[in-house]
Amino acid sequence: MTNVKLMQGNEACTLGALTAGMDFYAGYPITPSTEVAEMCAVELPKTGGRFIQMEDEIGSIAAIIGAALTGRKAMTATSGPGFSLMQENIGYAALTEVPIVIINVQRVGPSTGMPTSPAQSDVMQARWGTHGDHPVVVLAPGNVKECFDLTIKAFNISEEYRVPVIVLTDEVIGHMREKVVLPDPASVKIVNRSKPETRTGYKPYEADPDGGVPLMASFGEGYRYHVTGLFHDETGFPSNKGENAAASIKRLMRKVEKAEPDIRDYFTENTDDCDVLVVAFGSSAMSSLSAVRQARAKGVKAGLFRPKTIWPFPETVLDELSKRVKRIIVAEMNMGQLVLEIQRIVACRAPVESLTKVNGELFRPEEVLEAIMGGKR
Amino acid sequence: MRTEFRLSGSGGQGLLLAGIVLAEGAILDNKNAVQTQSYGPEARGGASKAEVVISEDDIDYPKATDPDYLLALTTEAYTSYGKLMGKGLIIVDASVEPDPQIKARTVRIPILDTAATVIGKKVVANIVALGVLAGISGVVSQSKLETAVKNRVPQGTEDLNLSALRKGFELAAAAKATA
Repeated sequence: MTNVKLMQGNEACTLGALTAGMDFYAGYPITPSTEVAEMCAVELPKTGGRFIQMEDEIGSIAAIIGAALTGRKAMTATSGPGFSLMQENIGYAALTEVPIVIINVQRVGPSTGMPTSPAQSDVMQARWGTHGDHPVVVLAPGNVKECFDLTIKAFNISEEYRVPVIVLTDEVIGHMREKVVLPDPASVKIVNRSKPETRTGYKPYEADPDGGVPLMASFGEGYRYHVTGLFHDETGFPSNKGENAAASIKRLMRKVEKAEPDIRDYFTENTDDCDVLVVAFGSSAMSSLSAVRQARAKGVKAGLFRPKTIWPFPETVLDELSKRVKRIIVAEMNMGQLVLEIQRIVACRAPVESLTKVNGELFRPEEVLEAIMGGKR
Repeated sequence: MRTEFRLSGSGGQGLLLAGIVLAEGAILDNKNAVQTQSYGPEARGGASKAEVVISEDDIDYPKATDPDYLLALTTEAYTSYGKLMGKGLIIVDASVEPDPQIKARTVRIPILDTAATVIGKKVVANIVALGVLAGISGVVSQSKLETAVKNRVPQGTEDLNLSALRKGFELAAAAKATA
């Protein structure tokens, strides 16, 4: 019974982070993510970790980048306007290749919006919110247990590939309490960044141009190197040479592209023989799963594809599915964001319909069922 | 079988905690349970709603769709959620005036008054209500709920809350006997 708990999504994210080895948290509490900060404030000091409440979200993400550079595993959590404020430094972490994890518990925006109501309208911001071509990985848990699992995975990916990883949940998943069976911590796979073995000849940004990941020395361990948001050569010092910038951008983007088959994660139900495929992530997928099951009970061959990695999207899997379905419905709590990526992948081989909802309430299963049955959209 | 509960009232009445305890009791009973909530930006006042779904099977959709039980502690909660009730039973505080437009089966139970006068603490109305809900529905056993209450209420208030829970079960038994 000890490993069976009634737990909130935000708690599960925090426990996942602690299991993954998080030892630094900086944040500015904001609904509906606040429980993450609260729990980190209670738990981190018990194990020698550090919790800092910063002055705002810009300071929060700056602090976790700094902590990660000293060898810490660092995380922040936020929502809505807080996520907007973090955008510039997400780009900084991407270019300087600092592993960080950001939990974004989505609420209705833009601006202060509806703080206590769920949305999924940060899909594009999570991918492209910071300026410039940059690598980022975005994971979307579909239930409380996955908040635990995918936060661990987020740390592992950020450590292995030195990229910022965003765990994209929402008010429903963040606040929902569910029965969770926690694994034995000893059975959980934990990845730590690769470090250099010697200071002699250490070049902090030396890596295979084809998506290689440089070895990361920790500040304070005697390695002297430079970190900058300017394009830099392998020494870490600024370089304004175009060919250097181009090579860097290509290597950074290639890191995630090469990683995609290994980090790819998704859930399917009834997709083997389905005519109507519902694509949904996070809390929308809970309504969609119920709708797919109800449609099956009515004799309609419906199936669900639920990506857990949404950036990069599990493209080859959807590509395969789209060849054998008659219709695809993309259900999301925004005005139609992920549907754009689905349309790109499906490339007109099946009609792609967008089912949207932006009133701050989760889809009711009947609404998705109606779309499956070909009703009003 | 899926059983859906909606607990509604005013922010600060502790209905969220009651929902959490109900869900935890169900889990201790080896069932699956999901608890969700909706609330406004205010810390006190405003409409507040907690929902609990309990099932032996996998729970796909976490919210109540056609609640089996609606608990309403305020007139506002009774009128707004009572109208949405179909097959389920409404358990409303006895202080709330009946609304002829609400057709669903309804039992009126003096929850707020029992907390204030019998137990002597208005703040435990949520746990009295929890005992009523659990007693009437029979979905979660009293012993598991008592464990869940002890796990979740503030330290030092366990006995107070347990007596509130037991009083709730008594009210439920009395309501069932007269039904």
